[in-house]
Amino acid sequence: MAYAQDLSALLLSGERRHFGASPAFLKRRRLIGLVMRGILFTAAALSIFVTLGIVYVLVSESAKFFAHVSIFDFLFDTEWTPVFENPRFGIITLISGTFMSSLIALMVAVPLGTILAIYLSEYANSRVREIIKPCLELLAGIPTVAFGYFALLFLTPIFQIFIPGLSGFNLLVPGIVMGIMILPYIVSVSEDAMRAVPASLREGAYALGFSKLQTALRVIIPGAFSGVTAAYILGMSRAVGETMVVAIAAGQQARIAYNPLEGAATITAYIVQMSLGDLPHGSLAYLTIFAAGLTLFLMTFVFNIIAFWLRHKYREVY
Amino acid sequence: MTDRTLQMPPSTMPRIDERSLVQKAKRSDGCFEIVGLAVLVVSIFVLLALIFDFMADGLARIDYNFLINFPSRHPGQAGILSAWVGTTMVMVTTTFLAVPLGVAAGIYLEEYATKNLINDLIEINVTNLAGVPSIIYGLLALGLFVQTLGLGEIVLVAGMTLALLILPIIIVATREALRSIPLEIREAAYGLGADKWQAIRMYLLPAARPGILTGAIVGMSRAIGETAPLITIGALTFIAFLPPTPIQLEFPFINFDWLFSPFTAMPIQMFNWISRPQAGFHINAAATGLILLAMTLLMNGFAIWLRYRIRSKQ
Amino acid sequence: MAALQNSLKAIDPLSRDRRGSPEDLTTEDVTVQDSVSIPTPEASAAMSDPVSHDQKAASGGPRRAEVKDLSFFYGDKQALWGVSLPIADRKVTALIGPSGCGKTTLLRCFNRMHDLYPGNRYEGEIRLYPEDVNIVSRDIDPMFVRLRIGMVFQKPNPFPKSVFENVASGLWVRGVRQKSIVSERVEWALQRAALWDEVKDRLRDSAYGLSGGQQQRLCIARALAPEPDMLLLDEPTSALDPVATARIEGLMMELASMVTIVIVTHNMQQAARVSDYTAFMYLGKIIEFGPTTTLFTTPNDPRTQDYITGRFG
Repeated sequence: MAYAQDLSALLLSGERRHFGASPAFLKRRRLIGLVMRGILFTAAALSIFVTLGIVYVLVSESAKFFAHVSIFDFLFDTEWTPVFENPRFGIITLISGTFMSSLIALMVAVPLGTILAIYLSEYANSRVREIIKPCLELLAGIPTVAFGYFALLFLTPIFQIFIPGLSGFNLLVPGIVMGIMILPYIVSVSEDAMRAVPASLREGAYALGFSKLQTALRVIIPGAFSGVTAAYILGMSRAVGETMVVAIAAGQQARIAYNPLEGAATITAYIVQMSLGDLPHGSLAYLTIFAAGLTLFLMTFVFNIIAFWLRHKYREVY
Repeated sequence: MTDRTLQMPPSTMPRIDERSLVQKAKRSDGCFEIVGLAVLVVSIFVLLALIFDFMADGLARIDYNFLINFPSRHPGQAGILSAWVGTTMVMVTTTFLAVPLGVAAGIYLEEYATKNLINDLIEINVTNLAGVPSIIYGLLALGLFVQTLGLGEIVLVAGMTLALLILPIIIVATREALRSIPLEIREAAYGLGADKWQAIRMYLLPAARPGILTGAIVGMSRAIGETAPLITIGALTFIAFLPPTPIQLEFPFINFDWLFSPFTAMPIQMFNWISRPQAGFHINAAATGLILLAMTLLMNGFAIWLRYRIRSKQ
Repeated sequence: MAALQNSLKAIDPLSRDRRGSPEDLTTEDVTVQDSVSIPTPEASAAMSDPVSHDQKAASGGPRRAEVKDLSFFYGDKQALWGVSLPIADRKVTALIGPSGCGKTTLLRCFNRMHDLYPGNRYEGEIRLYPEDVNIVSRDIDPMFVRLRIGMVFQKPNPFPKSVFENVASGLWVRGVRQKSIVSERVEWALQRAALWDEVKDRLRDSAYGLSGGQQQRLCIARALAPEPDMLLLDEPTSALDPVATARIEGLMMELASMVTIVIVTHNMQQAARVSDYTAFMYLGKIIEFGPTTTLFTTPNDPRTQDYITGRFG
């Protein structure tokens, strides 16, 4: 009773009470909030600095390189012999190695990945999906050195039995292994795109008398087209940037890669090879790895931007 | 109701053999199902073949001596002591750098960022960085940390490089984890009168912890297997010494000299041994690879299990 | 295996004629009679059909289909309880009822849509005439049924293709790919759907460029092109504006002269406007069935009366 009287007296008195939250407390809380927000923003903005750093390092070192070597030679010369007496710097050589191995990887990963993605999104029951998705994740988590070992010391000897002309270092086997490596990415992105196709479209197709395969090929894939293409491009980007598998199993010979049965150096393998040796800082040979790195960065950057734009586009349609 | 005496023109629809249509459909569907399963089997088969290959080649080689010996010119006497110590030190550094930064960035992007140019730029950036080849990070570290900042080829630089590499993974995992917090928890937090930072610190972050943990584990598993950036920054491939120990007998009992020491790591050691012609070294490489495989498979498996548990709780 | 073969034989196209067959349940006479006059409600009530339940008023003409004691289960949950219903040939039958009464569930049984999702089960029969086959039987492949019975959905769902390709897809899937035939049928279907004039100059443009009402008419044309025996309409105008709704309602009465229509609608006035027969459903059962005018003016069951007058719904 007494308490109630006190309370009503309090309320009627018109005094402002804060019931435990004094103005100083609130002010401190707000300050902490602002400071935290600033810290968090800095952490997020760091990513911009990373990109700027990458661009700065690559461009500035490459600039020093291009002070000595003309861009025309760099792009169109047909040999890459930076450590010879008369060094030649034709990046086409390395690009051809990268290209050939990535092409082989895509020739493996695109059909297998698409089939698997269609199977998972249209055919498989949930139990199968629960098993295969973790398996693909495990596959994606295997270190690339291990894939390199697998390619060189296990698969190449086996392939050599069936393909007589296959040399110890070649582009075929690492290409296939890279295909298996990027398979999980292609399956994951494609399948997401296919599942995003609304159920109403599927039902409409089945109601018209489409079979499962016809629905998948004529309705789902066209409906998920940009997502699926983005998956392919992301896979290509990954294959182009892959280092260890090709460094181990494709050899270090820089040559224009016509023949997948023979080895050839890729951009990434070259950078590794140079880094293993003793490179006097600032020497031309040292600078070549940055020029090669810049080329690689530009290639993957273009792929990533296209893939990003495609994925953005399909998200808007539905 | 209208009179239904409309004269319909004769139908132009050709006769349809429904039975054969259905049969054809069943056949092609059945065919595709077989093909799909075959691809599945091939993928799993490759995974298993890889694991078994390593076990066959390398399991026998792993013994106590292998773990405590330094590398040597004689394959039989070589060991991975410097390698796994180096890997451990680099991993600790990486985690300590990447997780706080990544979680902080993820919190900002998910909870604070509004739709403006800078925040869009940051988001595009993170997506782009996720797709940059790992060797480019090595070049960045070489140019910036090793040379310009003059830090040299040390554990700290390796940690920084790998931290930058796995940053996008942690950021995305944090964002996903925050995004999937049920609305009720958010409403409860704000309803209690918490301001933004309080809500995040006391309610949202704890709720997102399992998801963030999953992302951290996946990131770490990726970092453990990375070779290219470490080679590029100049990690040595043959060191017969260990970085200084972090524990010392005098105050303050921990020193950080090990951060500034040259180092090697398991993937580098493995790569080095593969590159030698002698079969003995290949066996060593297989043994190292087996240990690496075991670690990454365990970590990824744990992350998958965690994710499964989170999903079944929801 | 034998049962399957029998079923297959029953709907073998060689043994039936598309435009009505001597194996019709009712005789040619009744068909002719139907084209001359619509049976009065009294006449239809008086006509006794040995197969129908007492509760359901007999429909006046030949039947295209008949639901016989159909129950449907979503897994363990029962959604339809012993539903029986005749579907008159080339008439519009409407299914009305409050939300959750099972009308859409019943509609989707006709073309086996439920088979797309695991765990669903049918008990009882839906017999399709003149073949007299139970189309919800496990022995009949759903694709058979869907090749004969088309559906238009609540929200227009054109494929991500051109207008022409959308309408042609039903033909393509049935193996009809000859250009001349396909073009002719596409035009025919678009005419029937009252869309031809609006799209004849943009047949190759994307279907997504059409308005909502146009897209729905496109979906109707798409379902019509392969000349189905029956057309199922699942609340086809609920996502459309009144003008588009009126156009499609106008269509329906013409379409019914060629194809049997079953329409689900939550809009009672629409049912009253377009349908010949109406079934009122509640909690998974048919409460009342009869000619539309009878059901709406003198319903037998008090629940029907309550729903029609808006006391619940």
